[in-house]
Amino acid sequence: MLKSPAVLVNNASLYYQDKVLFDQLNFHLAAGQTTCLLGSSGIGKSRFLHLIAGLNANSADVTTCDQKGLAGRLTYMPQTHTLLPWLTILDNVVLGYRLRRENKPYIQARELLHKLGLGEAIDKYPAQLSGGMQQRTALARVLLEKRPIVLMDEPFSALDSITRYYLQELTACALKNHTVLLVTHDPLEALRLGHHIAIMSGEPAKINYINCEFLDSPPRSLSNTELLQWQAKLLQHLQEA
Amino acid sequence: MVTIAFLRNQLINRLAQLQNVFTSLWNLNFTKKRLALLALKIFPLFSHKIFIPIGFILIWECLIHILQLPNYILPTPFEVLQSLINHASLIALQTLPTLVEILLGLFLGIIFGVSIALCMCLFRTIHAFLLPLLLISQALPVFAIAPLLVLWFGYGITAKIITTTFMLFFPITSNFLDGLKQTPENYLNVAKIMNSSRWQILYQIRIPAGLPNLASGIRLATTMAPLGAIIGEWVGSNQGLGFLLLNANAQMQIDLMFAVLLVIFFIGILLYFLINTLLKLALPWTLLSSC
Repeated sequence: MLKSPAVLVNNASLYYQDKVLFDQLNFHLAAGQTTCLLGSSGIGKSRFLHLIAGLNANSADVTTCDQKGLAGRLTYMPQTHTLLPWLTILDNVVLGYRLRRENKPYIQARELLHKLGLGEAIDKYPAQLSGGMQQRTALARVLLEKRPIVLMDEPFSALDSITRYYLQELTACALKNHTVLLVTHDPLEALRLGHHIAIMSGEPAKINYINCEFLDSPPRSLSNTELLQWQAKLLQHLQEA
Repeated sequence: MVTIAFLRNQLINRLAQLQNVFTSLWNLNFTKKRLALLALKIFPLFSHKIFIPIGFILIWECLIHILQLPNYILPTPFEVLQSLINHASLIALQTLPTLVEILLGLFLGIIFGVSIALCMCLFRTIHAFLLPLLLISQALPVFAIAPLLVLWFGYGITAKIITTTFMLFFPITSNFLDGLKQTPENYLNVAKIMNSSRWQILYQIRIPAGLPNLASGIRLATTMAPLGAIIGEWVGSNQGLGFLLLNANAQMQIDLMFAVLLVIFFIGILLYFLINTLLKLALPWTLLSSC
């Protein structure tokens, strides 16, 4: 069983071309649960994600509740163009092991790809796959890294609505008990997938948790009328922000 | 005008032939029919590669007849072919050194081009230091440097290989460097989070991501390679196709000149075809539509 810690972000400050994106920002991710971060485009969501992942030069004070730190316990799934076009699907999935020069878990990777319905695509190149299949491959790569903290940057934005619906379900099931931060601009996606929902707004940006209580756990069904009411409220929140 | 009319007649004839083929198809039995259909399907794939040269040769022949050109200005295609056959052994003998110059020049050009691009990409100080040198090297015309190279390295093959290398490394460096610099940010981010070392990022991400650009650099260099060798030979040599070309020109052997040109042309085409095929085999993913 994967032990996923809570993540605490303290005093995050980021300046970008003389613009203060955020200043002294504090944020936390609940352990083993999915947090969805909403916000209009250009507000700095992706940069916040980079900050947590340690990809920015001026980084924040990011800790975990078990004091073990984030190093080697985190994976990241950008929105598009994450598969390397020169590697086959199988090699793309074991990329982390290739880059670290570790033994490549090909057997596990094959099993995982079969489970995700990519059995036929194992030896193909990414360009030969549909957008949904590419996204599933990226998901397989994240899962195979076996890291408890997962950061996702609009992972379903480039997909058609049916594929997106299916992949949201798949992702939610596969990432159960992981500490997940999912950045999105779609309120409905946040409502389907998030245990918690937060909105990023303002300049410099602040993050506020929305106080919404759901009885069922994600992935939630879209036929839930409560969900649609919440969608309207969230949209209002986003407009006011 | 006459040539246009002639070409139109050709086209009409060809269409009529096609029509004949179609009508005769009905009279064949099933397997023959399928074979004929297959041939018809394959034929258009190659037809442009056959008809364009044939059309070119016909225009050439027609021009001579229309403009009444004497054969010391422009020999007929047939005369060129005759000269090629008559001087076959001479041309073959002179082709060898030129071919060696072209291939070695291209090989060294690729080696140098790739190494310089890698060094410039890896070390910022080398980049700052080499960039002006590279620009200077390209601002000087090869024609101007070639005599110096002959002076320093003699009449032999070395000077020509250096000239060719000197000409070819720049398009390779410039293209490959562009490719190395333009690695998508996402690839690098993903690799960093996967705890990859800097060298593994270079080796497994940046270099492969730059390979399609390197391939276009190599293609460009391949088309320039015969030029480099010929220029080298023009400046000063006692062997090679460039030398033969100059000699034939001096002796007004225009048909021999054209025969040599034909050989140079075929070397260029074959070399490009060969390199292009190798590149396609080496980079299979570039043939797929981009994702």
